[in-house]
Amino acid sequence: MNVSTTRNFKANAAEQLANETLRGALTKSKGHFTGGRATAAANLPEFEALRDQARDIKNHTIENLDFYLEAYEEKVTDVGGQVHWARTAEDARNIVLEICRSVDAKAVNKGKSMISEECAINDMLEANGIRAVETDLGEYIIQLRGETPSHIIAPAVHLTKGQVEESFRANHTHLDPDRVLEEPPTLLNEARTILREKYFQAEVGITGANLLVAETGSSIIVTNEGNGDLSQLIPKVHIVLASLEKIVPTLEDASTILRVLARSATGQEFSSYTTVSTGPKREGDPDGPEQYHVILLDNGRSDMLGSEFQDMLRCIRCGACMNHCPVYQSVGGHAYGWVYPGPMGSVLSPGLLGVDEAGHLPNASSFCGRCEEVCPVRIPLPKLMRHWREQEFEKHLSPGAARVGLGLWAFFAKRPKLYQLATGLEMRVLAWLGRKRGRFTSLPLAGGWTKYRELPAPQGRTFQSRWKLGERPQAGGAQ
Amino acid sequence: MSQRSGVALFVTCLVDLFRPNVGFAAVKLMQDAGCTVEVPEAQTCCGQPAYNSGDRKDTIAIAKQVIAAFEGYDHVVAPSGSCAGMIKKHYPEALADDPAWLARAEALSAKTHELVSFLTDVLKIEKVEAAYDGTVTYHDSCSGLRELGIHGQPRKLLDGVDGLHLRELNDANVCCGFGGTFCVKYPDISNRMVSNKMDEIVATGAETLLAGDMGCLMNMAGKLHREGANVRVRHVAEVLAGMADGPAIGEPKVASVKP
Amino acid sequence: MSASDRNTILYSVRRSLGRSGPVDDGTAAKLRARIAGHARNIVPARTDLDDAGLVDLFQTMAEKVFATVERVSDMSEVPGAVGDYLRRENLPAQVVMAPDETLDAAPWSDNALMDIRRGIPVEADQVSVTSAPVAVAETGTLAMFSGPAHPSTLNFIPETHVVVLPASRVVKSYEDVFDAVRAQMGDAESGRNGLPPRTVNFITGPSRSGDIEQTLLLGAHGPRRLHIVIVEDGEQDAPQNG
Repeated sequence: MNVSTTRNFKANAAEQLANETLRGALTKSKGHFTGGRATAAANLPEFEALRDQARDIKNHTIENLDFYLEAYEEKVTDVGGQVHWARTAEDARNIVLEICRSVDAKAVNKGKSMISEECAINDMLEANGIRAVETDLGEYIIQLRGETPSHIIAPAVHLTKGQVEESFRANHTHLDPDRVLEEPPTLLNEARTILREKYFQAEVGITGANLLVAETGSSIIVTNEGNGDLSQLIPKVHIVLASLEKIVPTLEDASTILRVLARSATGQEFSSYTTVSTGPKREGDPDGPEQYHVILLDNGRSDMLGSEFQDMLRCIRCGACMNHCPVYQSVGGHAYGWVYPGPMGSVLSPGLLGVDEAGHLPNASSFCGRCEEVCPVRIPLPKLMRHWREQEFEKHLSPGAARVGLGLWAFFAKRPKLYQLATGLEMRVLAWLGRKRGRFTSLPLAGGWTKYRELPAPQGRTFQSRWKLGERPQAGGAQ
Repeated sequence: MSQRSGVALFVTCLVDLFRPNVGFAAVKLMQDAGCTVEVPEAQTCCGQPAYNSGDRKDTIAIAKQVIAAFEGYDHVVAPSGSCAGMIKKHYPEALADDPAWLARAEALSAKTHELVSFLTDVLKIEKVEAAYDGTVTYHDSCSGLRELGIHGQPRKLLDGVDGLHLRELNDANVCCGFGGTFCVKYPDISNRMVSNKMDEIVATGAETLLAGDMGCLMNMAGKLHREGANVRVRHVAEVLAGMADGPAIGEPKVASVKP
Repeated sequence: MSASDRNTILYSVRRSLGRSGPVDDGTAAKLRARIAGHARNIVPARTDLDDAGLVDLFQTMAEKVFATVERVSDMSEVPGAVGDYLRRENLPAQVVMAPDETLDAAPWSDNALMDIRRGIPVEADQVSVTSAPVAVAETGTLAMFSGPAHPSTLNFIPETHVVVLPASRVVKSYEDVFDAVRAQMGDAESGRNGLPPRTVNFITGPSRSGDIEQTLLLGAHGPRRLHIVIVEDGEQDAPQNG
């Protein structure tokens, strides 16, 4: 599996917070995504009802997942495709390699696929002497930089155009070094020209799938560039990498989900290219792949089924949650240390990596709830993050000091008389200590707070003690 | 007309400990509206710190304590969206496995309210008799906004305050970075969030910042003071109750000069 | 290896769902019926328009996403319109064209200056001309079906894609497209042999990317320009194969 650094979340985050280039890049992108979604939602009166239906479709499918998987497999086979079942990331790698070897592939073109990141497909291919070419512009850019995607649909959102220019100059060394390359259109043109050649050079094309359709044995990809299409139409072999929960029953169900997907992701009503692929080319088709393979990946999904995290399997990978998340917008995607960032990553990663490995992620949330508010399939993300915290607590994985502090506080909170006695005194002491300025710049045990903020001093006697002593507000006039 | 009797104040731990004036302002607002307000003694905290830390056992113990102390009243009102939200939305969740307690939690939930929305939505208050001379801006605390739908209500009542001029805060509905224990567990991230919030507050040019949750207010006030920004921070109840002439949050007890 | 993986995964799914085996016969029948019935969910009301309204909506939506759209009265005007478009855009009058019946009906030979090759595009081709079997008014989306008369690569390789669209082919929603797919599958004359097209491309505007500082750029990998010629004197027949 793709190596994770989620254990180092705090250090990763600190590093990213200090990255001013990242800050500029994120500030630029944020309003674009949030404004886009808001506008798209406002322009479709049925949007909320469609979200409900999308949620219900996913729930229904998940609750009958084995049936739909088998039905899907049958249809794929009927149209001349082949379904492979991969329990783990390693199984997926082995299957991809086997298929590539069977056609003596020297190069593989990749449409964007988060599953391929999860399974570290590119590294495996390179290690076996097969060139893996990312064709999505953002993925191509980060591939040049040796980076991983920082967002599930906008992989290069953390970069500025200056950084892109720098990478192109460093890697496209066959081009005139004096060429003008500052502005996005020239950068795009250069990438387009270079990738054009590569489209015709690969024996295998790998795409992900936003949706798999049981009714027809189809896979659906959603792109804006057309790279996923060129990657599957030109090579001899098309491999689809998809996790189990991507499946929906019918093309109509797919239509409903597609209506909320692009709107939630970028604010577009529909992506430039939404492609339904069904098997290998037909007899008489002038183009298209000769072989069609679908690799169904489990890698922890079947364990999430039937658990308190089952709702997470509804995720359609739109990215709205991270676009609206103030934590993601502060630290960027790389801080999360693995394939899936933002709120969806905070719920999914512990499920796939284990809560001891990825436990930081569901903790690094203020539970503001914006993610749940915008999730097209209404996943209760904060609640699921809380469930991870509960698991950590029960397994005694939370840091010792925090547990002790919490335990102490809970001891008092459950004993009102004792609590009022203790706090009554404590607040008066603190109020007296802070009386000159009304606040503390530093205070023992409050370092986490006072590192960046003043701590307002208490007013003095607690409300409860004042009320008990008979203090009451003066009457005035309302209404 | 709605009942105007038997209101129990859930004062909230931060109001109780740090700023009792907010509690008195809440009581005043409700008494002026004709309510009888009592303060059950057996209250400490709503249990959010335990709940959000994954400590279900203590959450349940505290929830039961609150339910037992408050269920006898007609209404339970808290000057905090997050505490009201905890009681209203999360107590039933926490007690879902215990049918008897679940029923009691749901009964309590139905009559628990955040303060400002209680005034407007239940007591049907259109305007409060208060004056406040100056510009204010308003931060929408996350729980109140997203769990309880509190948005128009404070603005409506502030609109009726004589002399008060409200300037909308850009990104008013973006989290201030408090998040309970989040702000001390992940101080660097919290700091970025509250810094962004501070920039927006200062950009409004408002002299006063208001919100409905002490946690948010202390967080934002603490940052504004640390950075030397000239903004005074109060709980919205203080202004609505006409009790906004003492020291603002984080200010010492001297006769304060009115803005 | 894969066979046992399959069984392990299915077993794990079933166990998590609280079952020791597949769904019972009654449930299976219901689920099969749900698939076979392919019932529609909500279709946005914006498509509740008459035919003329749908064509107008299609045009409005397509132009919003930076396709260009023009209308001609009948197929005889198409070659001239396409020629004029290429001239306006400073493009050579040299196109690769889908070998489909719809386009056959236009008098291309009238326009002797246009160099037309029917078939699969190569990298050097700058302009492709295809028809579309059906188009979705809801979002200004063209639906292309792969087939002998329509290589899918024509939709992607050349920088400029010109689409000839008889107005009668504009439908309301994606669901209507899928019904058209199913109709072809069930039609013995369609040449589909009961299968859907290998590729159904829903195309909404030209290719684009926002990957560089969220700047919207057209022509990322697919066409930079998408020009749609709506032919108002619509044909009466159902969309042809490809």
